[in-house]
Amino acid sequence: MPNVLVFAETRGAELRKVALEAVTAGRAFVDAAGGGEVHALVAAPSGGAAAAALGKHGADLVLACEHAGFARFAREATAATLAARATSGYRAVFIPFSANGRDLAPRVAAKLDAPLVSDVTSVAQSGDAIVAKHPGFANKVIIEYAAAGPLVVVSLRPSAFTPAESPKAGRVESFAPVADPGAERIVVKGVQEGATGKIDLGEAPVIVSGGRGLKSAENFKLVEDLAAAFGNAAVGATRAVTDDGWRPHADQIGQTGRQVSPQLYVAVGISGAIQHLAGMRTARTIVAINKDPEAPIFKVADYGIVGDAFEIVPALTAAVRDARKRH
Amino acid sequence: MKIAVCVKRTPDSESRFKIGSGGAAIDETGIKFDMDDFASYAVEVGLQINEKQGPGETVVLAVGPDAVQETLRKAMSMGADRAVQLRTDSTPFDGMAVARALAAELKAGGFDLILFGKHAFDTGAGIVGTAVAAILDLPCVTAASQLEIAGGKGSARRELEGAGELVEFPLPAVVTIDEGIARPRYPSLKGIMAAKKKPLETKPAQLGAVRVQAKAMALPPERPAGRIIGQGAAAVPELVKLLQNEAKVL
Amino acid sequence: MQDFFGIDAQLSEEERAVRDSIRRFVDERVLPIIGDHYVQGKFPKEIIPEMAELGVFGANLPEEYGCAGLNNVAYGLIMQELERGDSGVRSFASVQGALAMYPIFAFGSEGQKRHWLPKMATGEIIGCFGLTEPDFGSNPGGMITMAKEQKDGSWILNGSKMWITNGSTAQIAIVWAKTNGDPEEKSIRGFVVPSATKGFTARDQKGKLSLRASDTSELVFSDVHLPPDALLPESGGLKSPLMCLTQARYGISWGVIGAAMACFEEALSYAKNRVMFGRPIGGFQIQQDRLADMLTEIVKAQLVSLHLGRMKDEGTYTPQQVSLAKRNNVNMATDIARECRRLLGAVGILAEYGAMRHMANLESVYTYEGTHDVHSLVLGQALTGLNAFK
Repeated sequence: MPNVLVFAETRGAELRKVALEAVTAGRAFVDAAGGGEVHALVAAPSGGAAAAALGKHGADLVLACEHAGFARFAREATAATLAARATSGYRAVFIPFSANGRDLAPRVAAKLDAPLVSDVTSVAQSGDAIVAKHPGFANKVIIEYAAAGPLVVVSLRPSAFTPAESPKAGRVESFAPVADPGAERIVVKGVQEGATGKIDLGEAPVIVSGGRGLKSAENFKLVEDLAAAFGNAAVGATRAVTDDGWRPHADQIGQTGRQVSPQLYVAVGISGAIQHLAGMRTARTIVAINKDPEAPIFKVADYGIVGDAFEIVPALTAAVRDARKRH
Repeated sequence: MKIAVCVKRTPDSESRFKIGSGGAAIDETGIKFDMDDFASYAVEVGLQINEKQGPGETVVLAVGPDAVQETLRKAMSMGADRAVQLRTDSTPFDGMAVARALAAELKAGGFDLILFGKHAFDTGAGIVGTAVAAILDLPCVTAASQLEIAGGKGSARRELEGAGELVEFPLPAVVTIDEGIARPRYPSLKGIMAAKKKPLETKPAQLGAVRVQAKAMALPPERPAGRIIGQGAAAVPELVKLLQNEAKVL
Repeated sequence: MQDFFGIDAQLSEEERAVRDSIRRFVDERVLPIIGDHYVQGKFPKEIIPEMAELGVFGANLPEEYGCAGLNNVAYGLIMQELERGDSGVRSFASVQGALAMYPIFAFGSEGQKRHWLPKMATGEIIGCFGLTEPDFGSNPGGMITMAKEQKDGSWILNGSKMWITNGSTAQIAIVWAKTNGDPEEKSIRGFVVPSATKGFTARDQKGKLSLRASDTSELVFSDVHLPPDALLPESGGLKSPLMCLTQARYGISWGVIGAAMACFEEALSYAKNRVMFGRPIGGFQIQQDRLADMLTEIVKAQLVSLHLGRMKDEGTYTPQQVSLAKRNNVNMATDIARECRRLLGAVGILAEYGAMRHMANLESVYTYEGTHDVHSLVLGQALTGLNAFK
């Protein structure tokens, strides 16, 4: 009956979506292995608010490490604390493969002298090993890893595990960090918010993306309007337009930019170069709007409309707004 | 400054892949290999820092079979001073094992700065750099898209999802390099010739226990074929209907 | 382009590294701008410093003169990759290296070599090669440009040259002239003529429909007074400029392979994507037959140039062998460019695609550095012993 320790990532005191994904994954893992406990560790200024949500998604125990110093990312103290807790009775440690999670996981694995498998989309026990799948080579090849050893650290690809409710006790145990979050050698001087605005590309259920076909930076307004019409959408861009400075680098979706897995990806004026597809081909539904019927994007799109984006997108924006009003 | 840069040899990211006959590796026939993109940014950053700061040494390291020597020579043709190959029979998939081998080599090196790419194209794991830092107990900044080194201290911008974290840290330190920070220089022809004479040392890699293996590889399932549902704005109502009723995303 | 015939394995690690470095340079810095420059009829001067920094100029000349000191196969690969971009860009490098730096290296005094070569390697000084005249192209031995030696050892140069690549941008011209009124070929000597010298004018030739991204100029020398050290002391006879041409022709045999590869890759990609009558045109037998022919010709040309390069490095090659390579490779490239232009259909006439630009450029390459027919006669004479030139 394996137990899993999950790192429930927060932003300040607020639980991130990836934390719920990780707890859900932990729950599924232990249930598939015949039972066991899921313990969620929160390192935040205060852990109370998070506990309820974590319990609802399957955490038997919420280990709340509360300290004002966790208002910012205290990577050394967090890693030390997580590793210190993980030494007792866990089969695996699950950490989101978010920007900060990626920073933590190798540290934790090093401290535990445990193997680490990164960016996985599935994880399960198989005999003595833990097996996990990772879309490697920029999502072009699915690699199935087997990790040996009594304790394995696994980092989970954001959006690969859908949060699901499976209510457990979620009782809270508070404890102090094993290292002082105020004594970090990496000192955070500030956080510059991205120009993209509120919803992060990695968390947005809908992404509307624009490419060279929009012809100028100003025309991105069309894409922004469509995103606004969806209500929960983020705006992405291709490498070509970020290289040209029409959109910030942080918005670039592609092999060397962000890799996203939204429910809906709308590609406007994007031809569908391989390096862009590598960033979005795992989206559940892809819509493409392009004036060139031969554009490679139409080969991956579930639904395509051929024609002038400057006519189609405003019409779609109005129609989407309408459809959502009626809901 | 004494700077170490760890590089990886990976397949060209534009390649179309097939699975090899054992089902546990890619078929390398016809695949071009080169220095991983993020590693090449790291090499460029290391070279630029030493160019700016005055005389120093840039050492490049790689874990892998002899084929990685070409990658190390490329780094030297860009300007790195010497190279170390930690030899293995094949490139391990166990990031922690690779980190142990590198950490053992780097430990006594007296490096002010150790640079890595933030991750490599093939595994996308982002393990090695941060793990080396943890093993050597050095401060570590991941995914730096900006980096300044001055007076024994570093400052960097770390890429978060859509935002940037500004950090300061003491040296010696490990930094993993994100894209956008520097354009890797082309090896000049003179650099290519000079690299032939620069020292490339080979030693066995001390991986320790290799605990992660790639058991199987497969191509992702084909997306079912989509369709072009119409032309121009006239197709919009149909699209909305499909998004609502068929795809259920609206 | 895929390495269909395993030729990469015949290259050394350095040779591949050199090729890959120039390839990347061309992909990132030349291809995005060359179509526009071609249409406007301008040479992209802004890439000169980068080419110099890479070490492209005189790449096969020795390191002691500031050059890269590469072997001849690596040099050939550089030409191949540059011309994969554009023949005009490769012509610039050919002229600078093989026709301006090489004559100084082969026929100059040590002082001249040390004075000029390092600055030409860095691109600080650009050179051109003045051999061809308005009335003397295939027959350079008939030239009428004259240099008259003065009592103090200085020279007065009179005459004109035409179709001179880099002529209007060059700081120096390597000018070949008959000396002291002797109309025989044996009196031909080479001179280093700074373009700033009084009496020297260079004027671009207009109205070109080929090699548009290249400066092609007339040079006129009107009582140009040259100091004694302008003479390249080891030069003598028509043999001297022909040796330079052999260098350039060697590089050209590689260069045109690059142009053919560029056209072939573009056409192949188009054929796989362009759908007509319900399937990609690459699936129709006529196109496959053409693509097969093109691939075969490219592979053959690669093997010819690679073998020639190895012989050149060993010092065993002959000018006649170079003629065979230049003649064959340019011919196959012009045919491939034309076939590719046709395969592209309507879009093949746009500057956005490379085929028609390469096709037009290659007409110049067919004609310069010894026309196709001239090389036929070189081979004919070598085979039969009979001179068919006159």
